[in-house]
Amino acid sequence: MNILVCVKQVPDTTSIKIDPIKHTLIRTGVPSIVNPYDAYALEMAARIKDAVGGKICALSMGPEMAKDALKECLSVGADEAYLISDRVFGGSDTLATSCIISTAIKLLEEKNGAPFDLIFCGKQAIDGDTGQVGPEIAEHLDRALITYAYESQIEGDAIKVRRESDEGYDMLLAHFPAVVTVEKTPYEPRYPSIKSKMAARKAQITTLTSAEVTVDENSRGLKGSPTKVKSTYTAEVQKNGQTISGLDGSLAGAKIASLLFDAGIIK
Amino acid sequence: MILDEETLELRDMVREFVDNEIIPNAPEYEKKNEFAYPILDVAINEMGLGCLCQPEEFGGAGLSNVAFLTLSEEIARGDLGIATTLFGNCLATYPVLIAGTDEQKKLWFDTLDEKKYAAFCLTEPNAGSDAGGVRTSAVADGDDYVINGTKCFISNGGIAGIYTVLAVTDPKKGVLGLSAFIVERDRDGVSIGKEEDKMGMRLSNTTEVIFDHVRVPKDHLLGKLNRGFKIIMETLDHSRAGVGAFGVGIAQRALEEATKYAKQRVQFGQPVANFQAVQHILADMAIEIECARQAYLHAGELIDAGLPYKMESAIAKTKGSDTAMKCAIDGLQVLGGYGYMKEYPLEKLVRDAKILQIYEGTNQIQRGVIAGCLLKKY
Ligand SMILES: Cc1cc2nc3c(=O)[nH]c(=O)nc-3n(C[C@H](O)[C@H](O)[C@H](O)COP(=O)(O)OP(=O)(O)OC[C@H]3O[C@@H](n4cnc5c(N)ncnc54)[C@H](O)[C@@H]3O)c2cc1C
Repeated sequence: MNILVCVKQVPDTTSIKIDPIKHTLIRTGVPSIVNPYDAYALEMAARIKDAVGGKICALSMGPEMAKDALKECLSVGADEAYLISDRVFGGSDTLATSCIISTAIKLLEEKNGAPFDLIFCGKQAIDGDTGQVGPEIAEHLDRALITYAYESQIEGDAIKVRRESDEGYDMLLAHFPAVVTVEKTPYEPRYPSIKSKMAARKAQITTLTSAEVTVDENSRGLKGSPTKVKSTYTAEVQKNGQTISGLDGSLAGAKIASLLFDAGIIK
Repeated sequence: MILDEETLELRDMVREFVDNEIIPNAPEYEKKNEFAYPILDVAINEMGLGCLCQPEEFGGAGLSNVAFLTLSEEIARGDLGIATTLFGNCLATYPVLIAGTDEQKKLWFDTLDEKKYAAFCLTEPNAGSDAGGVRTSAVADGDDYVINGTKCFISNGGIAGIYTVLAVTDPKKGVLGLSAFIVERDRDGVSIGKEEDKMGMRLSNTTEVIFDHVRVPKDHLLGKLNRGFKIIMETLDHSRAGVGAFGVGIAQRALEEATKYAKQRVQFGQPVANFQAVQHILADMAIEIECARQAYLHAGELIDAGLPYKMESAIAKTKGSDTAMKCAIDGLQVLGGYGYMKEYPLEKLVRDAKILQIYEGTNQIQRGVIAGCLLKKY
C-alpha cells in the first residue's frame, strides 16, 4: 500500500489573536503546528499501514520552516517526506496550491513508478478553513474523492469510509487510486516514540523547487490565483442564549424549565 | 547547564504526554487503588519510555544521561509511582550494563522487551542500609546456582518478568562474598510475597520476592564470582542522580500548582499571590528547585563525560529529595486548608515525596557517602 498524506504547517490557532483593527491574524510569537486535521489524516493512514503494511509519504508546501511539521510527521508514522518550496509559489490561492501539489504528486508517482493507492488530506486547514485543496487535488489528478472521513478500513483494492452527517452517517467506498479528506477521528493521533523522534530530527527532507515541479507561470503564485480577498472580518458570535440571574438554584431551575416548555423544546 | 535542542524537544514531547495523560488520569487510578496499566502501556509500547537506559545496539534510544535525567524529572512531575515503575526497569538494568556480557545483555533486553518490567532485588528484612548484610544465598550445584532467600520492598517485584539479585556466594567473606545474578520470573521457585500498602507512591508496585531453591544456569552470574557488591554499589551511584531528578519533578509540580492557586485564590479582596509572604514561599521554592536541578544535571554531565561522579550523584539525590519534601510541604501551605484535602494534588505530593529521602540509600547514608568522598579528598 502506497499512501501519500498532504500536510500544512499552520499557526496554533488556540494561541492566536486577531488584530481587532486590521482583522488579520497576529502571527508573531505564535507556535506553528501540523494542521490538526492533517494529523488525523496521518493517523488514519498510519493505522492502515499498521493493518495492511505499506509506506507513507508526507508532502507539504510552504516555507523552509515547514520542514519542522514534516519532521513531526516522520516521528508518528510517515516513512519519507518532501517539501515543495519556492519563492515563485508564494501567494498561491487554493487553486494554484492544488495545481502545484498535484504536479508534485505526479512527479513522485513517476519516481515510484506507480500512483499512490491513497492520498489523504485533512478536511481543511485551521488557518484558512476553505477545505478546497483536497477536493481540487482529486480533480486535477482525476481521482475518486471522499470528503470528511471519520473512520475507514481497507477492503481489497478499495477504501471504505464512514462519514458522519447531521442525519446519521454514510458508508462510502472508493477504489484505488483515491483521495480522502479526513475530519476529527474517534481516536487521537499517536505519540511519537523517543526513537522515532530522534530519528526524525536527523532525517533529510528533500525540497522540491520550481525546477522539478514545473507549473505554468499562469497557474502558480499570485498570477495563478483567481481568488481575490475583498475583505476579511471576524464573524459575530450569535448569542441566542439567555442568562437567568438573581434567583436561587431551585427557582432558576423552574424558570429554565418553563422557558424550555414555552419554546416547545420540552413537553 | 543549557540543554541541547534534542533534549529540549524530547522533554517537550514527554511533557505533552505527562500533561495530557498522566496528570489528568493518574489520580483516578490512585483513588480506585488500581495499577495504571493503560497509562504505562502508552508510555512503554507507544513512546518507548520503558527502559530509557537501553543502549542503541540492543534496540534502545541510546540517550545521554543528561537527557535521561531530564525525562526522569518530567515523568515524576506527572506521577512518582509511574516514574518509579518505568525507571525501576533501569535500576534493574544497570548491573547488566555494568557487568553483563553481550549474551547476557541480549537475554536481558529480549526478556524486558517482551515482559515490559524488571526489578532490582537487593533489600532484605535484615539488610536495608546495610546492604552487605544480605542473607539470600546462591550455591553452586553442577551447571547451576541454587538461590534461596527473601527480598523485600522490591519496586516492580510483582510485575517484573526478570530480576537482578544480589546473593551470598561465600558466607565467610562478607561483602567480598556477594554475587549478582539475573533471574527470570518464570523459573521454578520464584514467587511474590506480600504486596506493601504504602503511604504514597501508590502507583508503584512494591512486593516481597521469594526465591525457593531457584535454579539458574551459571551463565546467569553477572561479572566475577564474589564481586557482586561492587556492581550493586556502582549501580546505586549511577541511579541515585535519577532519584534527585524525581525530586525536582515533584518540587516543580508543587511550585506550578501553588503558583496557579495563589493567583486565583482571593482573600482580603485580592489574590493571595499579592502578599509578599506568599510570594517569598514561591520564590524560595524556585531557588531550591533550580539548585537541585543543576545538581542532577551536573551529575549527568559527569557520567556522560566518563568522569568520577559518586559524590555529585549522592549530592543530586540528597538535594533533589530534600527539595521535593520541602517544596511539597510549602506548596501545600500556599493552598491553606484546600492543600490538606485530597481534591487538590498537594497532599499526594507530600506523601509521594517522602520515599525519595529513603529509597536507593537513605539521605543519612547519602551524607555518609558524601562525607566519605570529602575525607578522601582533603
Ligand atoms: C517504597 C520502597 C521501594 C523500594 N524499592 C526497592 C527496590 O526496588 N529494590 C531494593 O533493593 N530495595 C528497595 N527499597 C528498599 C530501600 O532501599 C531501603 O528501605 C532503604 O535503603 C533503607 O533501608 P531500611 O528500610 O532497612 O532502613 P534502615 O537501614 O533500617 O534504616 C533505619 C534508619 O537508620 C538510619 N541508618 C541506618 N544505617 C545508618 C548509618 N550507618 N548511618 C546513619 N544512619 C543510618 C537510616 O537512615 C534510617 O533513618 C525500597 C523501599 C521502599 C520503602
